[in-house]
Amino acid sequence: MAVVEVKNLIKEYPGGAGRRRPRDRGAVRAVDGIDLATEEGEYLVLLGPSGCGKTTLLRTIAGLEQPTSGDVLIDGQIVTGLPPRARQVAMVFQSYALYPHKSVYANIVFPLRAAKVPKEERDRKVQWAAALLGIGHLLERKPRQLSGGERQRVALARALVRQPKVFLLDEPLSNLDAKLRASARDELKRFQQEVGTTTIYVTHDQVEAMGLGDRIAVLSDGRIRQVGPPSEVYDNPADTFVATFIGSPPMNLVPRDGVIVGFRPEHLLPASAVPEDHAVTIRLAVDRVEFLSGDRHVYGTALGIGEPTRVVARLPATLDVAVPVGAEHEFAVARERLRFFAKDTGKRTEAVERL
Amino acid sequence: MKVRLADRPGALAWIFLMPSVVYIIALVAVPFLLAIGFALSDVTAGDPSFDWVGLRNFERAFADPVFWQALGNTFIFTLVSMTLVVLLGKVLANILVAQFKGKWIVRFLVLLPWTTPVALSSISWLWLLDSIYSPIDWMMRQIGLLGSEDALIKPDSNMYWLGEPGLAMASVIAVHVWRLTPLAAVIMVAGLVAIPRELDEAARVDGAGYWRRMFEITIPMVLPVAAVAALFGAIFTFTDMAVVDVLTNGGPNNATQVLTSWAFFRGIDGGDVGQGAAIALFLFPLLLAAAIAILQAVKRMEVR
Repeated sequence: MAVVEVKNLIKEYPGGAGRRRPRDRGAVRAVDGIDLATEEGEYLVLLGPSGCGKTTLLRTIAGLEQPTSGDVLIDGQIVTGLPPRARQVAMVFQSYALYPHKSVYANIVFPLRAAKVPKEERDRKVQWAAALLGIGHLLERKPRQLSGGERQRVALARALVRQPKVFLLDEPLSNLDAKLRASARDELKRFQQEVGTTTIYVTHDQVEAMGLGDRIAVLSDGRIRQVGPPSEVYDNPADTFVATFIGSPPMNLVPRDGVIVGFRPEHLLPASAVPEDHAVTIRLAVDRVEFLSGDRHVYGTALGIGEPTRVVARLPATLDVAVPVGAEHEFAVARERLRFFAKDTGKRTEAVERL
Repeated sequence: MKVRLADRPGALAWIFLMPSVVYIIALVAVPFLLAIGFALSDVTAGDPSFDWVGLRNFERAFADPVFWQALGNTFIFTLVSMTLVVLLGKVLANILVAQFKGKWIVRFLVLLPWTTPVALSSISWLWLLDSIYSPIDWMMRQIGLLGSEDALIKPDSNMYWLGEPGLAMASVIAVHVWRLTPLAAVIMVAGLVAIPRELDEAARVDGAGYWRRMFEITIPMVLPVAAVAALFGAIFTFTDMAVVDVLTNGGPNNATQVLTSWAFFRGIDGGDVGQGAAIALFLFPLLLAAAIAILQAVKRMEVR
C-alpha cells in the first residue's frame, strides 16, 4: 500500500514534428498543472473525455513519460527522474500488452524474474496470483489461445504477482463486450478490495468510474475539474463541465439572468409527484417520449424558470402519470435539488434567493 | 452495352500474367533445362555439338579435389557471413529505429553499401586490401601493429590480406558482410517497427532492464523476420560470385574458391561447358531447401 502524489505536474508535447523552436504554434499541454494525491489503498478513478490528458497523467506516474515540470511522489519519495522499474508500480494496458511469444505462465512470472526472485518463490507466487484470478488451468496456453476476458485476467495477474505498491490501470475493460464488462467490473472491485493495493484507474466511461471509484477525479483539457466520491461528484458537480459529463442523460442547464440553473433529469418530475411546499414549478412543452428499460425519458422545452431551454426529464417506472406529446405539462423540481453555476466561469455559486 | 475486355477477369488475368510468364520461361526455365542438358553432354566452347555422355561430367567434377574445397568454402562463406550479417543487421536496425538528430544522414550512409554496384565497391576494397599500398596496413604500421621488430602482430610491413589463405577468406567474408548488412538491417527494421510499442513499455514497467527486454521481448518478436533475412541472404550468398571474382579470383591456391566461381572458371573461362553446368547444378538442391525453409518461415509468421 502506498500514497501516490503528483505536484503541479505539466507535460507539454512540442507541436509539429521537426520544428526547432519549442514555443512554436501547436505545442500541446496534455497535462496542465495537476495536483492530486491518493489515499492509502484507495481506488482512484481518472475520468474524462478522450484527449483530456488522463492517460498521459497515468503514464507519467508509471515513468513511461517524463513530465515537463512538476513532481511525482510515491510514499513521499520523489520518483520523477526514476525509470519505471525503480518505482514499484504495475500497469495494465488497454491492449493488455501480453507477450505473445510467451506462455501465460511465462507472462506472469516475467516481473518476478526481472526482480531476481528465487525460483521456488516465483513458482509459489505465480500459482497464488493465478488462483486468485481463476486462471490456474490456462498457464500452459499462449495469449492468442485466450478469450478477451481471460487475457485481461492474465494481464492483472502479471501486474499483481510481484505485489507492487500501486496498480495503474489504463481502460482495462474497454476491449471487452458489454456483458463481460459488467462482470469484470465487479471482479475488479472485489479483487482490489482483497489485495488492498492503491489503484489508479483511467477510463472515459462514467459507469465504470461511478461503480469502481472510491473517489473520482474528473479531468478536462489537462486540468482537474473536481475530485470527490462518486455521489459527491454526481450530486454536487463543481462546474458545468462535470455536471454535463457525468450522468446519462446529463444535468439540465437552464440560463436565468446571470446564473445557470442545473437539475438532474430524474429530479424533474410531474408536479403531482413533488411535495408542493418546496417545489419549483416548471412548464414543459413535451415533444418526445422515449421508453428506456422501464424509465420514460421526456424531451421538451422548459418554460417559466429561465430562458426557454431544451431539457430532459427521467420518469421512473413507478410513476404512472400520463405525459401526452405535443402539450404543455406542469413539472416541478424539489428546491434542494437545484444547483447554480456562474454564467461566465461555469463554476458552482450560491443559491439564488428568488427561486 | 457490350461486355468489354475489362469486364472479363479471366482474360485480364492472362494478359497481365503473360509478361512474367514469358520472362520466367525465357530467363529461368530455358537456361535451367539447358544447364541440365549441358551437364549430361560433352559440349565445350570449342566444340558446341551435343553428344550424350551420361553422368561423366559429374564424376569428373567430384573426382577433382578443388570441387570439394569449393563446396566447403561455400558453406563456410555462407554460414559465417550470414551469422555476422544477422548480428550486425540487428544492431544496425536498432540504430535505424532510434530517434536522434541527423538520423537521415546515418540512414543514407548505412544504405550506401547496398546501393553501390558490387564491381565498383569491390574495386575500392581491392585497393584497401592491396598487398603493398593497403591503407589498412599503413594505419596498422602507424599504431605499431606492423612493420617493426617489436610490432604486436608481425614484423613484416604488410598483412597480405588477399595473399594468405585464411586472411583472404576473412577478407572476402568481411566485404560480403559489409555489402549485405544494410539489406538485413532494413528487413529487420520492418520487423522491429511491427512490434507494438506497449510490449516494450509493459516490460519496462514490469521491471526489465535493457538487455532483458532485448533478449526476451524484442529478439523473439523479430525472429521470424530475421529468419527470412538470413535465408534470403544465404541464397544471395550461395549464388553470388562477384566479391570472390573481383577480390581474389578464387585464390590464393583456391582458398576462396566457391561453387559459383568454380563453375564459372570451369565452364566459361576453361571452356568445359558440360562440367561447368554440372557444378552449377549442384547448387540446385541446396537452394531448393533454402527456398522451402523461407516459405515455411513466412507461413509461420502468417499464423501468428
